[in-house]
Amino acid sequence: MSKIEIKGITKEYGTTKALDNINLTIEPNKIYGLLGRNGAGKTTLLNLMTNKLFPNSGEITLDGQTVFENDKALGRIFYMMEKNLYPLGLKVKEIFQWTKEYYPSFDTKYANELSARFGLDVNKKIKALSTGYSSIFKAIAALASNADIIIFDEPILGLDANHRDMFYKELIANYSEKPKTMIISTHLIEEVAEVLEEVIIIDKGKLIRKESVEQLLTTAYAVSGEASKVDEYINGKKVIGAETMGKFKSVVVLEDIHKKNDMLAKELNLEFAKAELQKLFISLTNS
Amino acid sequence: MLLDFNSEKPIYIQLAEAIEDDILKGIFEEETQIISTTEISVNFKINPATAGKGINLLVDEGILYKKRGVGMFVSTGAKQKILTKRKESFYREFIMSLLEEASKLNISKEEIITMIERSSKNEQN
Repeated sequence: MSKIEIKGITKEYGTTKALDNINLTIEPNKIYGLLGRNGAGKTTLLNLMTNKLFPNSGEITLDGQTVFENDKALGRIFYMMEKNLYPLGLKVKEIFQWTKEYYPSFDTKYANELSARFGLDVNKKIKALSTGYSSIFKAIAALASNADIIIFDEPILGLDANHRDMFYKELIANYSEKPKTMIISTHLIEEVAEVLEEVIIIDKGKLIRKESVEQLLTTAYAVSGEASKVDEYINGKKVIGAETMGKFKSVVVLEDIHKKNDMLAKELNLEFAKAELQKLFISLTNS
Repeated sequence: MLLDFNSEKPIYIQLAEAIEDDILKGIFEEETQIISTTEISVNFKINPATAGKGINLLVDEGILYKKRGVGMFVSTGAKQKILTKRKESFYREFIMSLLEEASKLNISKEEIITMIERSSKNEQN
């Protein structure tokens, strides 16, 4: 078990509330997406969960034990930070050795194997790595950590399409091999949508959603067709993200997917599709 | 096996249907092993719980069964089961709506049958 409970967490920087009374349970062995706009408080929350910051009030526990100043609990959480805090003069392979000191179940063989697959030279110094390879190096350290909880903050920063594809596949393979809690904080929502089991959405320091992707996607649907017919269909409904191309129009309707009117759509010659997570996210955090 | 990420149909249902299609086509034969949940989730980059949910649908219907420590297998009689199920939904989805539309247009059953016969003749030619 590795259940994280976040209870009444508030974090203030001066007079601004970075996080405002966050209550959240992160269940073991699920892949979570932590979503929020820039400055929403994602990284602050992750920093609090890993004892890099102290809250003004509230508590965070791992299996009932506080994570604050608790090395035993913290040793079960691996945090791949967006910022690079590794000593720049060290080589990749030296960091791997160093990581094993803190995370005894770190799998060096697997880390080397992944490095070879991604074309990461383990003899290179950290400061010589490009943005993309810096992300790859940190992601490999995280995947090989064998920690119960792995947190990825913007793991695919600077990665090309091919490496992103490899990363997602490796993440799923790693999870399947040995289920663990994974928390992925990212801006690239659409490409990670199907990888996630649940999403946690924070906006302006407040928790606004925590539910399964499947559940969230039943709260809206897309409809498209001839513009005037689409307008007829959406009359009186709440919609977002209208896109028009000539006479063609496509909108996302904010309505339970089970309430969609098949008969009317057929009559008007309209087509339904799934609402994109990205679009839903934008509507939820756009105020 | 293909999944459509833009479809309004949930991925796990698409996955179950795709496996059924492959059984009907003979890609997965009865009493042989199918690809693992891990392979499916890695290949399509979908959450393993989603893949598991799709597989479980087919296990619950007796189309697939699990051999402990080995993997998922296609049950004997799976093909027949899928055919029966698909025929039922063919009736519901196509025949019923066909009759509904026909009655709106005042097309009699006899006329429908004539139309079907005409189209099958055209196919043969």
